[in-house]
Amino acid sequence: MSSSSDLELKVQRLESKLKEAQELLEHERRKNEGAVTKREKIGQMSAEVIDSNPYSRLMALQRMGVVENYERIRQMSVVVVGVGGVGSVTAEMLTRCGVGKLVLFDYDKVELANMNRLFFTPDQAGMSKVQAAAMTLQDINPDTQIETYNYNITTVDNFDNFCKIIANGSLTGGPVDLVLSCVDNYEARMAINTACNELGQTWFESGVAENAVSGHIQLIVPGVTACFACAPPLVVASQIDEKTLKREGVCAASLPTTMGIVAGMLAQNTLKKLLGFGTVSYYLGYNAMQDFFPTMRIKPNPTCDDSNCRTKQLEMKDRPQTPTGAANKEDEEDVVHEDNDWGISLVGENEPDVEPEEKEIATGIKLAYTVPAPTSDDGGDLVQDTELSLEELQRQMGNL
Amino acid sequence: MVDESTKKTLSKIPLLKTKAGPRDKDLWVQRLKEEYQSLIQYVQNNKSADNDWFRLESNKEGTKWFGKCWHVQDMLKYEFDVEFDIPVTYPTTAPEIALPELDGKTAKMYRGGKICLTDHFKPLWARNVPKFGIAHAMALGLGPWLAVEIPEMIEKGVVKYNEKE
Ligand SMILES: [Zn+2]
Repeated sequence: MSSSSDLELKVQRLESKLKEAQELLEHERRKNEGAVTKREKIGQMSAEVIDSNPYSRLMALQRMGVVENYERIRQMSVVVVGVGGVGSVTAEMLTRCGVGKLVLFDYDKVELANMNRLFFTPDQAGMSKVQAAAMTLQDINPDTQIETYNYNITTVDNFDNFCKIIANGSLTGGPVDLVLSCVDNYEARMAINTACNELGQTWFESGVAENAVSGHIQLIVPGVTACFACAPPLVVASQIDEKTLKREGVCAASLPTTMGIVAGMLAQNTLKKLLGFGTVSYYLGYNAMQDFFPTMRIKPNPTCDDSNCRTKQLEMKDRPQTPTGAANKEDEEDVVHEDNDWGISLVGENEPDVEPEEKEIATGIKLAYTVPAPTSDDGGDLVQDTELSLEELQRQMGNL
Repeated sequence: MVDESTKKTLSKIPLLKTKAGPRDKDLWVQRLKEEYQSLIQYVQNNKSADNDWFRLESNKEGTKWFGKCWHVQDMLKYEFDVEFDIPVTYPTTAPEIALPELDGKTAKMYRGGKICLTDHFKPLWARNVPKFGIAHAMALGLGPWLAVEIPEMIEKGVVKYNEKE
C-alpha cells in the first residue's frame, strides 16, 4: 500500500512529465506552423544582463576591460572559404559573437560521411554546405548578415568574382576585414594566396593534417609576413613516423576534436585581430599527440614565386606596419633572426638556429616537403618551337 | 620515390618552357601550345611502347580538359571518363585529375572523384615548375593511380567490365 505522501510524489512527477510533454508538443506545433521563436533582430548591442539579451556576456568583455569596444564587431565583415569541419565551426563562433557580415564559399554538399565533425546535422545531407550553414547561422543570430557562394574558387570563371567579393564585400562596400582559409587542399590555399597578395588583403590560413592529429593557423599580411607561396607549406610534426603511417586504402582521417580546437584557435585569433586585444599569433600549431602548441613568426621570402608578394614586400619596407595592432608593438622588435633560404625567421621561446637544409624549422614545426634543386632526370628535353597554331595542334591531338 | 619505369616514361616527355596560367592571356596561348606538343609526344611514346592509355582534349580556352583513360586486364579494356579544370594558380599547382564515375567507389579519392596522389607527387611537381605540364601530371599522377587502384577495384567487384559493341 502506498502512503498518501508517496502518492503525492507520484502525482507531482507525473504532472512535471505532462508539462514537459506539453512543452515539447507546443514547440513541435509551432515549428510545423513555422512559428518557432525566432530571435528578433537587435538594433544595438546591450550590456544589460537579462536572460533575453544574447550579447550580455560578450559586452561584459568591455565592462571588464578585456576589449575596448566590443560592439565594433558589428561593423566587421569576414570571408570564410571552405565550410567544412573547421570553417563551419569558425563561422558559428563568429556568428554567436555577433560579427556584422559573413561571406561563405564552398562548392561541396553535406554528406553523412561528414557527421563525425561538428555543426552539420544528418537532416541536412544533400544540401549545399553554404546553404545549410546559412540557415543554421541565420537562426542562431539574425543580426549577422550571411552571404553564400556555392562554387569552386580555383577555376578561372569563379576566381575573378571571388576577388571582387574580397575587394568590395564589406558592409560598406569596401574590402572585407579578414579572409579565413578553411579549405582542405593546397590548390585552394594557393588560389586564396594569389587573390590576397594581389589585393593586399590580410588573411588567416588554417589546416588540419590528413592524419587528424595536428593542425595550425597562420596569419598572412601580404609583404609583412611570409605568404603561402614563400616556402613549402609549414606543418606541425605529429610525432608519427611517416613511414609507419598506413596510407593504403585511405586518403584522409578526421576528428571533430582536432577540427574544433583548430576552429577555436582560428576564431579566437580572428576576434583578437578584429577587436584589437591580446596578441595575435603569426603561426600557432597544435600537436594533439603531445598537447603541444608551437608558435613562431615567418618573414616573407624576397625571392617568393608570387610577384605580388615581392611587390608588397618592397612597399612595406618603406612603410613598416604592425600587423596585429597596438598590442603587439614590443613583439615587433624581437623579430631579428637570421634568414635562411626560405626567408623564414623565428621568434618564440625556442629560438633555434635554423639550417635551411633541415626539414624541422622550429621545435615541432617542419616544412611539408623540401624542394631540392631540379635534377636532369625529372623530364625530357624542352618542347621545340613550333610553327603550328593552337588550333592545328588541337586537331593533331584529336587525330591521334 | 618514383619507380624506374615512371622515371623512364617521364624522361621522354618534352618539358615546357613558358610559365603562364589561364589568367595570362597571350602567354597562356603559348603555354597551351606547349601543353599540346608535350601531350602529343607523350601519347605517341605510349603508342609505340604498346602502352596507349588515355586521350585528352580541352575547350577552346584550354581551361577545361576531358577525355578517356583505360586499363587493360585479362584482355579486357576498362574505360573511364577523365576530367579536370586548370586552376588559376597553374602551373604552380598541378591540375586535380578526376574520374567522376569512380567517386564513392574507392577511399583513394577526394570528393568529386579527384584522385588521391602519393606524397611524392607534390614535391616533385613543385621543383619542376614550370617545366612539368599536363602530360607529366598524367604520367606521374593518374598512370600510377590506375595501375594500383583499378586492379583492386576489379578484384573487389566495384568496377565491372562493360561489354562494348
Ligand atoms: Zn610570398
